[in-house]
Amino acid sequence: MPRRSYLIASAVVVLLLALLPLAGSRHAVDLTTEVMIYALFALSLNVLVGYTGNVSFGHAAYFAIGGYTCAILLTTHGWPLVLAMPAAVLLAGLVAGVVGFFCVRLTQIYFAMLTLAFAMLVWGVAFKWKEVTGGDDGLTGVKLPAMLANHVNYFYFTLVSVAIAIAALWVICHSAFGLTLVAVRENNVRAGFIGVDTRRMRWAAFTVAGAFGGLAGALFGMYHRGMYIENAFWTESAQVLIMVLLGGLYSFVGPIIGAAVLHLLQVFTNQYTPYWPTVLGLILLVIVLVLPDGLVGLVNRFKGRGRRS
Amino acid sequence: MTTTMFTLNAFYGLALAMNMFIIASGLNLIFGVLRVINFAHGMFYMFGAYIIFTVTKSWGAPFFVGVLASAAGLAVIALVIERLLLRHLYGKEHLMQLLFTFAVVLLMSDAAKMIWGTDQYSVGYPAGLGGAVNLGFVVLPQYQLFLCVVGPLIAIAMWLLVDKTRAGRIVRAATQDREMLAALGVNVPMVYAAVFTIGSALAGVGGALAAPRVALVPGMDATIINECFIIVIIGGLGHMWGSFVGALAFGFVVQFGTVWAPNWQDVLPYLLMLAVLIVRPWGLFGQPESGR
Amino acid sequence: MSAMLSIQGLWKSFAGFVATRDVSFELKAGETHAIIGPNGAGKTTFFNLITGHLKPDKGAVSFEGRTLIGMPPHKIVRLGIARSFQRINIYPRLSVFENVQVALIAHEGQQWNLLRVGRSLHRDATRDLLELVGLAAEASEIGGELSYGKQKQLELAIALASKPRLLLLDEPTAGMSPQETGETIALVRDIVKARGLTLLFTEHDMSVVFGMAERISVLHHGEIIASGEPDAVRNDPEVRRVYLGEQGHG
Repeated sequence: MPRRSYLIASAVVVLLLALLPLAGSRHAVDLTTEVMIYALFALSLNVLVGYTGNVSFGHAAYFAIGGYTCAILLTTHGWPLVLAMPAAVLLAGLVAGVVGFFCVRLTQIYFAMLTLAFAMLVWGVAFKWKEVTGGDDGLTGVKLPAMLANHVNYFYFTLVSVAIAIAALWVICHSAFGLTLVAVRENNVRAGFIGVDTRRMRWAAFTVAGAFGGLAGALFGMYHRGMYIENAFWTESAQVLIMVLLGGLYSFVGPIIGAAVLHLLQVFTNQYTPYWPTVLGLILLVIVLVLPDGLVGLVNRFKGRGRRS
Repeated sequence: MTTTMFTLNAFYGLALAMNMFIIASGLNLIFGVLRVINFAHGMFYMFGAYIIFTVTKSWGAPFFVGVLASAAGLAVIALVIERLLLRHLYGKEHLMQLLFTFAVVLLMSDAAKMIWGTDQYSVGYPAGLGGAVNLGFVVLPQYQLFLCVVGPLIAIAMWLLVDKTRAGRIVRAATQDREMLAALGVNVPMVYAAVFTIGSALAGVGGALAAPRVALVPGMDATIINECFIIVIIGGLGHMWGSFVGALAFGFVVQFGTVWAPNWQDVLPYLLMLAVLIVRPWGLFGQPESGR
Repeated sequence: MSAMLSIQGLWKSFAGFVATRDVSFELKAGETHAIIGPNGAGKTTFFNLITGHLKPDKGAVSFEGRTLIGMPPHKIVRLGIARSFQRINIYPRLSVFENVQVALIAHEGQQWNLLRVGRSLHRDATRDLLELVGLAAEASEIGGELSYGKQKQLELAIALASKPRLLLLDEPTAGMSPQETGETIALVRDIVKARGLTLLFTEHDMSVVFGMAERISVLHHGEIIASGEPDAVRNDPEVRRVYLGEQGHG
């Protein structure tokens, strides 16, 4: 059944990626590292947006918390990586748990606004807490273990981390929990009447999304050897949301595809013109006006399948 | 803090609040009727400021002609956006509308760069309002005093328009029940277009009036949209007087924050908003969303 | 033995409009009870008050001695009360199979299970339920794409998946053809009998009501104006005046 072909396809993709450094240029390796990080970031957001139908406009906050925490623990406090990374994920998940507690009391646009507001608070703290975060100069010179200093090694490190995280997310999204989340998304009222505490389910999804977003942030900060307040800004939240939408929010792989396409397009566009925002704006118009199910939805439409997973 | 300093700060806070109210009230009006959160509202504000710069500096027109030009310019831009694109999205999910307005932000930000470049500009005070008024124990700048008069005037004008006129009653009905309105024979699309235009023109006016107070730089839109969000969320989305109160709270918190907690004045409004939301999830004057 | 469901002095109003006026009501275990009344009499509101979808302004609701007031729907379901809705209320974009499967997952408290694959759970029980309501052939279709009558049956299957002891059906045959109505009623009757369920239902079709209910209560302007065995209700002069007479049924 599709589950097995999924598994084989994923194994092939991981294998091909593992071979990349042997064949590809340094540029290709770096680009792929970035794409993998963004893919995880987008996928983490989709647990919330795609699976529960709650649109977060503040997901960059957890990315930033993960990134800053990991970077600060490594650099300022000299923690070993094996502690700094889990701590970053934990803190991102914890903050998401607290923020989520308040946000899931609301729905729809009110929910989106509140997530945005909390995220801007995180941004404000990153901006103003100069002694710890470096403020608007950013936090630079992140210390990495010598083993990861090499870009190829870091590529493999990212590949393994992201592959494990995506596998974990796959299990979560296809679990009884994930299926119930879809039910909550599809009909919140009915889900309540089969005995599901819908608010707590949404809260849990919010927390899971935050924790995995934090992991993506930690990988990002180490890769760039720095975190910057722009990483916490609301435009970053918008960008990851666009990745999810571009790929397709009702499928598991959609956000991965969206992240890859959008990031590569951005890098490509920036080589030729400073007007990336215009390109992104036009992409967004296309999504909003003609492609609400994203690229995966488009493919499914061609295949004539109405099913959503 | 001396009485003089306190008065001066309270006064600056009030002036800031009134300027913010003018901008935020437009965002709020649009949300109240169309249920669309317009991320482009900050960009409209920025265009308002840039337009008055061009009209007054490059063309040498008087300040208040510039204000009108900003209002008219944004009204036209908004009307085109609404008629051409936005109206196709009313029935769709909030997410799509939100992202549509974000697309407008992206496109307009590049347009602004093409038209005005990335230099920093400033706009002078209007003739006759650049001085100060001496009250004996404190000297107040005229322009801020002017803002303190204009803000409430706009609030009252909006209140009269929405509460006391037939057009206003239609708008209020539109916030309650769209289908009913259409059934009564009201041209709902026209109401929506008008509200979007007026709300956006308010951003233009707000931007023009802010121009003498602030530096005109790319990115000024991103800050203001967040501040507007804070204000309307504190007051309760869609509630006009709520925005007024929200703007006041915002103005005072920022102004006194600058004095008492100079490092944290940017974070304080968010803390204020969170405090409000923890107690009242729908804002001070907001109503719980109806479970449809 | 006291009543299974006991309601005392229940009030609910919306912006001044009284939808439920001082309703007191008792339901014995094993009883099949119909609530009838003209449109707008407050039948659905009454159901919503029992199941926690709405909070009453005043009054007491208890199920097997436990008060339901202030309890959210998902907790009330866990006590053994399931319901269907007058307006179709399924997961329109999930398959028929998943519609029922999720309800079984929730019933077993597995919604917090992060590891077991959701679609592998309760496959047999899901199939059994779909067979029971006659939807076995449509298992892989999308819920929202079923015909109206079949969506109603799906709703019944979802409600049954919660293994209720008290089943509330809000207009189970609304919008159905006479043939579908007959089939659905026979189905409900069989299930209620086989599982020993207590049934409370609202229904507009008087032949269904009088053919099936052991007791009937009549709601009018939010008030219960008569309650008793079918014959007594049929002959109640007040009921004849406000309801049966007007409708031309009976």
